[in-house]
Amino acid sequence: MMLAALSSFATPNFDYVKLAPVLIVFAGAIVSVLVEAFVARTQRRSVQIVVTFLTIAIAFGAVLNNYTAKREGIEAMGAFALDGTATMLQGIILVVGVLGALLFAERRVDPAGDAFAPRASALPGSSDEQQFTEAGWLQTEVWPLFLFALGGMLLFPAATDLLTMFVALEVLSLPLYLMAGMARRRRLLSQEAALKYFILGAFSSAFFLYGAALVYGYAGSTNFGGIATALSKMTNNEGMFLLGALFVAIGLLFKVGVAPFHQWSPDVYQGAPTPLTGFMAAATKIAAFGALMRVMYVAFGGARWDWQPIVWVLAIVSMAVGTIVGVAQSDIKRMLAFSSVAHAGFLLLAVAAASKDGLSGSLFYLATYGVTTVGAFAVVSLVRDATGEASHLGAWAGLGRKSPFMAGVFALFLLAFAGIPLTSGFIGKFAVFSAAAASGATPLVIIAVIASAVAGFFYVRVIVLMFFTEATEATASVVVPSGYTRVVVGVTAALTLVLGILPQPLLDLAANASTFLR
Amino acid sequence: MQIHMQEAASLAQASGVSSLAWLVIALPLAGAAILLLGGRRTNAWGHYLAVLMAVGSFVVGVLLLTDMLGKPVADRGVIIPLWDWIAVAGFHVPVALQLDQLSISFVLLITGVGSLIHIYSLGYMEHDPDRRRFFAYLNFFFAAMLTLVLADNYLLLYVGWEGVGLASYLLIGFWQYKPSAATAAKKAFIANRVGDVGLSLAVMLMFAVIGSVTFEGVAKAAPAVSEHWLTLIGLALLLAACGKSAQFPLQSWLLDAMEGPTPVSALIHAATMVTAGVYLIARSHAIFDLAPNARLAVVIIGGITLMMGAVIGTAKDDIKKALAGSTMSQIGYMVLGAGLGPVGYVFALFHLITHGFFKAGMFLGAGSVMHGMHDNVNMRRYGALRTSMVVTYATFGLGYLAILGIPPFAGFWSKDEIIKAAFGQNTFVGLVTLIGAAVTAFYMTRLMAMTFFGTARWEDGVHPHESPATMTVPMVILAFGSVFGGMALVFVGNIQSWLEPVVGFQETTTAPSSAVLMPTTILLVLVGAWIGFRKYAMQAVPVEAPANVSWATVAARKDLYGDAFNETVLMRPGQWLTRTLVYLDRRVVDGAVNGTAGLVGVLASALRRIQNGFARSYALTMLIGAAILVAVAMLVRMS
Repeated sequence: MMLAALSSFATPNFDYVKLAPVLIVFAGAIVSVLVEAFVARTQRRSVQIVVTFLTIAIAFGAVLNNYTAKREGIEAMGAFALDGTATMLQGIILVVGVLGALLFAERRVDPAGDAFAPRASALPGSSDEQQFTEAGWLQTEVWPLFLFALGGMLLFPAATDLLTMFVALEVLSLPLYLMAGMARRRRLLSQEAALKYFILGAFSSAFFLYGAALVYGYAGSTNFGGIATALSKMTNNEGMFLLGALFVAIGLLFKVGVAPFHQWSPDVYQGAPTPLTGFMAAATKIAAFGALMRVMYVAFGGARWDWQPIVWVLAIVSMAVGTIVGVAQSDIKRMLAFSSVAHAGFLLLAVAAASKDGLSGSLFYLATYGVTTVGAFAVVSLVRDATGEASHLGAWAGLGRKSPFMAGVFALFLLAFAGIPLTSGFIGKFAVFSAAAASGATPLVIIAVIASAVAGFFYVRVIVLMFFTEATEATASVVVPSGYTRVVVGVTAALTLVLGILPQPLLDLAANASTFLR
Repeated sequence: MQIHMQEAASLAQASGVSSLAWLVIALPLAGAAILLLGGRRTNAWGHYLAVLMAVGSFVVGVLLLTDMLGKPVADRGVIIPLWDWIAVAGFHVPVALQLDQLSISFVLLITGVGSLIHIYSLGYMEHDPDRRRFFAYLNFFFAAMLTLVLADNYLLLYVGWEGVGLASYLLIGFWQYKPSAATAAKKAFIANRVGDVGLSLAVMLMFAVIGSVTFEGVAKAAPAVSEHWLTLIGLALLLAACGKSAQFPLQSWLLDAMEGPTPVSALIHAATMVTAGVYLIARSHAIFDLAPNARLAVVIIGGITLMMGAVIGTAKDDIKKALAGSTMSQIGYMVLGAGLGPVGYVFALFHLITHGFFKAGMFLGAGSVMHGMHDNVNMRRYGALRTSMVVTYATFGLGYLAILGIPPFAGFWSKDEIIKAAFGQNTFVGLVTLIGAAVTAFYMTRLMAMTFFGTARWEDGVHPHESPATMTVPMVILAFGSVFGGMALVFVGNIQSWLEPVVGFQETTTAPSSAVLMPTTILLVLVGAWIGFRKYAMQAVPVEAPANVSWATVAARKDLYGDAFNETVLMRPGQWLTRTLVYLDRRVVDGAVNGTAGLVGVLASALRRIQNGFARSYALTMLIGAAILVAVAMLVRMS
């Protein structure tokens, strides 16, 4: 009996080349754990940095290889889909990952070391903590955590089965929860943020799992292709399906940070170490949005008429909450958090469009938004006063007089967020809005344009504050960073500008990539 | 009237040497960028770099010309695509250059005359503390002007158009510590803005009505468009040309623009930028060919400006302003010629090129005179300079003969053809051009005589001397252009058959024969010159301008009330309008905006309270949100 059952068990088919980017990053993460265990502490940091960048470089090579060979297909018994969208998103995530890793490696900005607590286990304010700080210890465990999170992000938008998707979701989330609590300065705030993030993340995971169970109950499959087939054939029990689909979507919308599932984001953005905030704000949004689009288009595409109005409502609420509450923020990191909520709303326009143009527009939008976001947080990490980062807006007044270059770069990022022409943000918004308008969502586009105008207020307010206010003693100063952060600021600023003037190559890439396999 | 149009064949993509055309723009642009961004570090060598970039641009231009000459006529026009600028559904604007006989002519004029003026400026600006900034602006002007003439579509042309406007503004106001220069710069900018509105209207109309903004696309689609729209587009383009080329009623800025350094007046406000309007009309010939009413408007504007400029030129004592009046008048000739349609385009462009040489040469001569006279511009304090400034006198004199249209100097060949074509159109128009030529002879002779002949009326302590070689050599080279430019373009390189494939050409059939017209013209010119010479060279010129003069002189001295016209027709109603608008804006628009802002603020502080920092409240919000979404989903299902 046992033998018979075993012999009928089919070995899953793996095309390791297609899975390579994900596998390489996970392998790198395991190597990184081993480094943590076996390499002497004095050399650990440098070895970890080498391992991380090498891993990302090889993984990017694997993505390029998949791209040039135009490899496509559903692998691992229908759990993993490699198609144009997955390849492009993996490439974008790896680029953002490199930028994030560069920020992680920076240690000249804070006189005491890098952005992470020397020992996360030491109580905040305790004598242990002080000892570790004085001894100049550096946290190197962030590197394996970073790589595991990155691997999860690569898997997330390629998962084409609800269970794989859930695993990817958790793999990317858990390291982020941990790292969010590891800030060197203001540790209580950081730990509070991490705990909130964890609890609310668990809550949203519960939504996702319950939704997956309901969808399985309806379709008899957790596979996207199977769900889509069931949706096209069955006519009964649609209430159960709809509830399940909605809950699955809520789990993902939490990660994207769409209102009303966004409330973790300002607290976490503010509390987490800034390099992590930059990486997370960019890469999580890209990965989660990719996953959301895959679920909505591939698995639930047949029920489009049911979920489109909900997406409309969510887009409007998100744009409204992000822009309106953003106006009242006095902390730069919280302001950027609400800005990201508003951007999530703009991105939902592409989902509402449910068209190929919408998909390619959102790919472009995600790439440019991710790059600009990392750059903006890189600048935020440099603006400091005696107590650490000066994230209160009051400290930014007159910054343009003191450090015109950095203030100018930050102004560029803000203009990109606001969607001003000649920046990449304008082209992204234009692509998404026009796709939505073409699919008949004109009222939504009008609301989005109004929201952009209101959002423009709080971006421009910061520019006015920086450049048209006299510098006082309270004005923070810009720290001169090492090459790591300089590269990030330079590359992100250049990309923001170049993609605003010469967007065509990336737009073409996105247009060619916008396919989903089923 | 049968229109002789070129075949609407598609232009080929560039290959070989011609694909290097972008270098023409890139070189001076790089120069400007280095000088402006490099700051004081480049003070020591920046001006040499600028000259090098200008000359380099000219060399590339010559290479492009030789390459073009080696090709059969049909293959001479090429498109050099650079990148896609805007590509969204239904609207596609490439950044591409169009290199053909028309654009290469302009490239050579701009880079050739421009390089000479760069070299001249080495001497002229030698002691200026802001020399680097000056050369940076000059290089920037180069890049913008070359973008204007090399663009293959109206939108890219617009970029260059605004660029030259900016360069002109910066250079007129270069000595910004002088209030008059600052005001003049502002005036030029505002007058140009009015014209720019015309260009943007034209581009928008083209996109809306024709569906394309490339020259080729417009030319192909124009025959299918109704004449009303074409007339409207043509009038909008004319407005643009009026602003940039200082044509009536937007002419008044050009006289004030002479506040800028003299090399600027020579390059921008005589030889190149102010002729951009003529270029625009010639480039848009596909529209004007099909819109006779718009063409008539062009002729009328050109005729009015031609006479106005000439009359203003007769009464000015400031040597640069007299030359500026003359520039207005000569551009009036070109605009009038362009308005005549296929019988005139070629000659308008011909006159543009010869004028570029002799007028630039005369401006440089004026600069040289000022250089020797302690920057005094008042001709009543000149006189008898022909002995102390021999080179300046000789080169200026050759330019003078050219502008008068004395055979065989450059102006004769081009102006004569315009007069003939004008008579072919209409006797009245012909008479205007003929009388204009006589008046030109009068005021130019007056200028010549007051400066170089008669008795010395110098101020105390002024010892006129010849300028350094960096200044005289460019003047000598330009003087060669004044003498041989016309002949060369008629006998060596036949300008008529050269430009015909681009703008079309048709021999005028209704004009009186040259055998009658040419001697008449020359006779009238000689009469004008004789009157001028008798009055200003043979009689004593008072040092102070006489006060009791006829009303006509008073009017001419006041620029024919151009400023008064602006004030009553534009400024006062404008002020009234802005005051009303500001009032409405405060009451209505600001009310709405502030109301919205207030509402956003109230909502923001209310919604902010939900963000209270408690994880339990956040979870509750998520739950309520989920519940509402489920409710919405169910509602959608049921409806």
